[in-house]
Amino acid sequence: MTDTLTPVLSDIWDADRSWTLATYREHGGYRALARARELAPADLVELVKASGLRGRGGAGFPTGLKWSFLPPPDGGPRYLVVNADESEPGTCKDVPVMLANPHVLIEGVAITSAAIGCEHAFIYLRGEVVHVYRRLLAAVREAEEAGLLQGLRITVHAGAGAYICGEETALLDSLEGRRGQPRLKPPFPAVAGLYARPTVVNNVESIASVPGIVLGGAEWFTGLGTPKSAGHGLFSLSGHVRRPGQYEAPLGITLRELLELAGGIREGHRLKFWTPGGSSTPILTDAHLDIPLDYEGVAGAGSMLGTRALQIFDETVSVVRAVSRWIDFYKHESCGKCTPCREGTYWLQQVMHRLEEGRGTPEDIRTLEDVAGNILGRSFCALGDAAATPVQSGLEHFREEFEAGCHTPARDLFPYEASALATAGTASARGGREVTA
Amino acid sequence: MTTTQPAPTGQVVPLVEVTIDGVRTEVPKGTLVIRAAEDIGIAIPRFCDHPLLKPAGACRQCLVEVATPDREGTLRTMPKPQASCTLEVSPGMVVSTQLTSEVADKAQHGVMEFLLINHPLDCPICDKGGECPLQNQAMAHGRATTRFVDVKRTYPKPLAISTQILLDRERCILCQRCTRFSDEIAGDPFIELQMRGARQQIGTFDSGVLGFAGDAPVGAAELDDSGRPFASYFSGNTIQICPVGALTSAAYRFRARPFDLVSVPSIAEHDACGAAIRIDHRRGVVLRRLAGDDPAVNEEWISDKDRFAFRWQVAADRLVAPLVRDGEDGSGPLVETSWADALDVAATLLAQRRGSLAALPGGRGTLEDALAWSAFTRVVLGTNDVDFRSRAYGGAEEADHLAARVAGSGLDVTYADLDGADVLLAGLEPEEEAATIFLRLRKGVLAARTHVTVLGPYLTRGSAKLRATLLPAAPGTEAEVLEATDTFGASDGDRPRIVLVGERLAAAPGGLTAAAALAERTGARLAWVPRRAGDRAAVEAGLLPILLPGGRPVADESARAEVAAAWGVTPPAAPGRDLAGILDALRAGELAGVVVGGVELEDLPDPAAALAALEAVRAAGGVVVSLEVRRSAITELADVVLPVAPPAEKAGTFLTWEGRPRAFAAVFDTAALGDAAVLGLLAEEIGTPLPDASMPAWRGQRVAAARLDAPAPPEPGPGQAVLATWRLLLDAGRGQDDEPHLAGTARRAVALMAESTARGLGLQGAAEVTVRGPRGSVTLPLVLAGVVDGVVWLPFSPRERAGAAALGAQSGDIVEVTA
Ligand SMILES: Cc1cc2nc3c(=O)[nH]c(=O)nc-3n(C[C@H](O)[C@H](O)[C@H](O)COP(=O)(O)O)c2cc1C
Ligand code: SF4
Ligand code: SF4
Ligand code: FES
Repeated sequence: MTDTLTPVLSDIWDADRSWTLATYREHGGYRALARARELAPADLVELVKASGLRGRGGAGFPTGLKWSFLPPPDGGPRYLVVNADESEPGTCKDVPVMLANPHVLIEGVAITSAAIGCEHAFIYLRGEVVHVYRRLLAAVREAEEAGLLQGLRITVHAGAGAYICGEETALLDSLEGRRGQPRLKPPFPAVAGLYARPTVVNNVESIASVPGIVLGGAEWFTGLGTPKSAGHGLFSLSGHVRRPGQYEAPLGITLRELLELAGGIREGHRLKFWTPGGSSTPILTDAHLDIPLDYEGVAGAGSMLGTRALQIFDETVSVVRAVSRWIDFYKHESCGKCTPCREGTYWLQQVMHRLEEGRGTPEDIRTLEDVAGNILGRSFCALGDAAATPVQSGLEHFREEFEAGCHTPARDLFPYEASALATAGTASARGGREVTA
Repeated sequence: MTTTQPAPTGQVVPLVEVTIDGVRTEVPKGTLVIRAAEDIGIAIPRFCDHPLLKPAGACRQCLVEVATPDREGTLRTMPKPQASCTLEVSPGMVVSTQLTSEVADKAQHGVMEFLLINHPLDCPICDKGGECPLQNQAMAHGRATTRFVDVKRTYPKPLAISTQILLDRERCILCQRCTRFSDEIAGDPFIELQMRGARQQIGTFDSGVLGFAGDAPVGAAELDDSGRPFASYFSGNTIQICPVGALTSAAYRFRARPFDLVSVPSIAEHDACGAAIRIDHRRGVVLRRLAGDDPAVNEEWISDKDRFAFRWQVAADRLVAPLVRDGEDGSGPLVETSWADALDVAATLLAQRRGSLAALPGGRGTLEDALAWSAFTRVVLGTNDVDFRSRAYGGAEEADHLAARVAGSGLDVTYADLDGADVLLAGLEPEEEAATIFLRLRKGVLAARTHVTVLGPYLTRGSAKLRATLLPAAPGTEAEVLEATDTFGASDGDRPRIVLVGERLAAAPGGLTAAAALAERTGARLAWVPRRAGDRAAVEAGLLPILLPGGRPVADESARAEVAAAWGVTPPAAPGRDLAGILDALRAGELAGVVVGGVELEDLPDPAAALAALEAVRAAGGVVVSLEVRRSAITELADVVLPVAPPAEKAGTFLTWEGRPRAFAAVFDTAALGDAAVLGLLAEEIGTPLPDASMPAWRGQRVAAARLDAPAPPEPGPGQAVLATWRLLLDAGRGQDDEPHLAGTARRAVALMAESTARGLGLQGAAEVTVRGPRGSVTLPLVLAGVVDGVVWLPFSPRERAGAAALGAQSGDIVEVTA
């Protein structure tokens, strides 16, 4: 079964002091950068285009294509901004990459910068992960001192704790020192991004995948995964699985296969529902164990691949409770810019809490459905859509649990203690290997 | 609101064909869908959209369904409804609004419901009720009943944004029009979005919220009189564009219901900008003023002074009946009398002295008033001794300049020209003295179409907001600096150049000469920007000793003949005395009387000398007749006082600095008479009826412009500095009396000087300085700033404390400075 794993980014996570430059170089690190420097920028862009790499930040936009949208150089600055804000509930891939192997990201940044003509790159890091911040700062320093950056400046910026700052334009505003709220598009960042200059914004995993593509070639990469969803990806399993953690595998792997790798659902329980790509992607059920986890496969099942954050819930979990927590999150994180998301989440939260307490009314369920529908596709940015998603998919698959909320508290139907994760005896595994980070 | 996007002038914009609700239309490329719909009469509901602000797409009220042709030409409907206020038209686009699309209708209903869940149901006590876009929209598109049974968001209310603006946060729908206005238009960060999500709110700089404990964000020079940082002269516009009743005016709050008000369009009287306003009144009382919409002048914005300062017109000291002196010899106290009596007395006194009378008509009147004054002076008083310049004054150089380059020049440089030019400002601080110009310049500057250079002693906050380049000049050295300037601007002459000279430049000898020469050298157009609403009309009417109406020189025989043909009376041929000459002659007994109109003694270069002159003429048995709206220092010196109407009670025409006529109607039909009517009655009484004075502009030879060389710069000795001063928009001016809420938003009075100057004067560490002039001294907090060395700047006449006006010194004079 371990054959299904394709450790690329996670390859050296179990090496001694994997985050150091020395370890990274021992394992072939920065060879890709040397090779990339021999290529013309345009050829690098072509290579990444040919690899079929799609953005790993959730939306899956082809990475090489995004780079090719930059206008021709005009002598002014062009920026690469790495989106390391990782705040989506359930998503936990960029932080482990940067913690265990920050140099693969730095190498990716250097190659991408060469490809797009960038002399100053930024890494916008979720501020709460201070230990990752230190590792990134150290890695940048090491790379610089080793003369690997050749004049490229890399600034690591710690955010101030807002999910919305992961949205690329809000991120740019935040990076400029403004209030983190999404910008109107157009102009797109490729044309007028950071400081109104041409800017590429890519996810950590997207950029960290670039060195592998440079070394392995486009064909190696397209050889992994499925025709429209090439390559490897980190699948983060969390919740009621025996061995939660990051599993790096080709896109197109199924949940059934991943569960096998992770030792299955926790003892004595069975799968009830799961998210394929974080809380923003519609939930799926045990009917979807065999859909291929690639962009098309998950979309075909009515959800989204998103960030491949598989949150696994067994039969002890109240869907109403789970949705209620997610709505708490979205209400808390709504930036407030647009009406549907700001007011809609405020409303949804009150209705969800009522249902969770068993004090709902049939009218509440109709309202819930309608309010979610009035948020979805009406908001300024995707955060609003994401907030409507758990409600809509929860209702679609588990309507009766919402209806039960009209008379019975969720705690009575699904005692919360039963869902609690055992604190002892659950081996933590990351990518199936021991991690010394 | 304007219906189409302003297209950059001069460019041909290709048309794009789109279909909206089945109607085909062609609109310029770049047009937003919401405007294209408006053009064919389809109103898409909206809240955050405002045609003069950048699109935000925040409220989501304007959602419509949109289909566009793909590469094969097949129409594809976009998966989500689109915000029509942010989406530009594209060829072949098919838009379905709420009128034809269920999706759009449902989306709009959804957003409306969201906006209302947290909106209080206090329309019955809300100022906006009756004129509220949210209320109207809710009536038209909202649900009849609510299904929101949950807890609403509440806030303590109201939050005082300033002494003038109050915010009820629970009414706010967070459309961000106000914050976008303050950022994009005014450039004053007095309000900003704070917090996020459902707790997002508009707030002021609040050190508690922002964690600035103890640190002042700005220096003392940027605080307002109430101690708040980031005050704005334009804050009232936010009240007007707020689509709900969240922002209200402290002065108007709870005073009236919109449906009880009668609205009259009018023109603001406080400066020479001619901003369009709307006056709302009820039962004979003006309750508020709003900005009118005039794309050619003020667009949709006005200054807080234009908006909030109107009670001066009905102040307690308003004159309602004519006054004459009690007692046989005319030396008794002033007593009220009938018009017939007052006119009789005035006519008799004036007729006896015809030939040795002068006129000081002031500069706040309409064109009609000015023309009447001009005819009255020439025909009735029989003299050219007339000067409207009861303010900072530039003698013959200025008179020649006005006669040569301003009078009769028609509409030359306009507001539109300021957007798209390299502009040099000399003797002019637009934010303080011509707010509409300030906003137009800023619009051009932000769009990178305009560059501003300012000649002055320091880069003011207003200039900084214009991203201006400072041409540093101590007062008195303006001419020298202008002479040494070869070019200005940022476009190497690709853009037209414009020199705007403020009326203050006249007080710097040689300044106007040098500015005109610079304009000639650089191919710039030259325009003159006075501060008062009536100055340009006064110039056109010939209220100068060398000038007749329409720019006709007194000294030109054919000009006099044209005037004679129009008036039926030949004007005197000898050029008259100017302001200084008139005052001297009054003092010396060479003149036996003067007719004064709306002159504020404080405005005059030397108020004490003027006072002495008027006292002298009375003591010598001369006559002073005064035409005034309110009692003033002049009233007490007059033999006869004839009350005249304030702008709200008369019709007339202001001329803007551009020369643009701005006609307005009377708001109230009262018994009060305008200057022209009063002068007409007086002329009848004297037996010389006033001619109808309209005549076209002069086409003949103009007065030759004077040339005055730059004088030696003032050289302050030890313990001295050169005084720099000008009026601030909000100050002790009588046009702002009785407006306490407005007064709190004035700039706090401080003295500014460079650190080096302070050091040289031994003022290191001094918190306050005392500045002494010939007639008095003032003490103000000292703020170190980038002022030209050796110069101390003081506000001219702040309301709360004494300013430069108390010194008896002018800009450019040397004053004593001590700690
Ligand atoms: C609310 C919200 C949060 C997001 N958070 C992240 C994030 O934490 N990390 C990330 O890479 N992309 C995030 N995105 C997606 C980014 O906007 C953007 O699509 C992505 O960074 C592009 O990189 P990629 O093309 O490499 O995927 C978020 C989007 C939204 C709407
Ligand atoms: S959907 Fe609207 S309120 Fe929500 S995060 Fe995006 S812009 Fe902000
Ligand atoms: S105060 Fe008024 S203008 Fe400002 S955001 Fe709120 S509703 Fe909009
Ligand atoms: S009017 Fe279009 S989003 Fe507000």
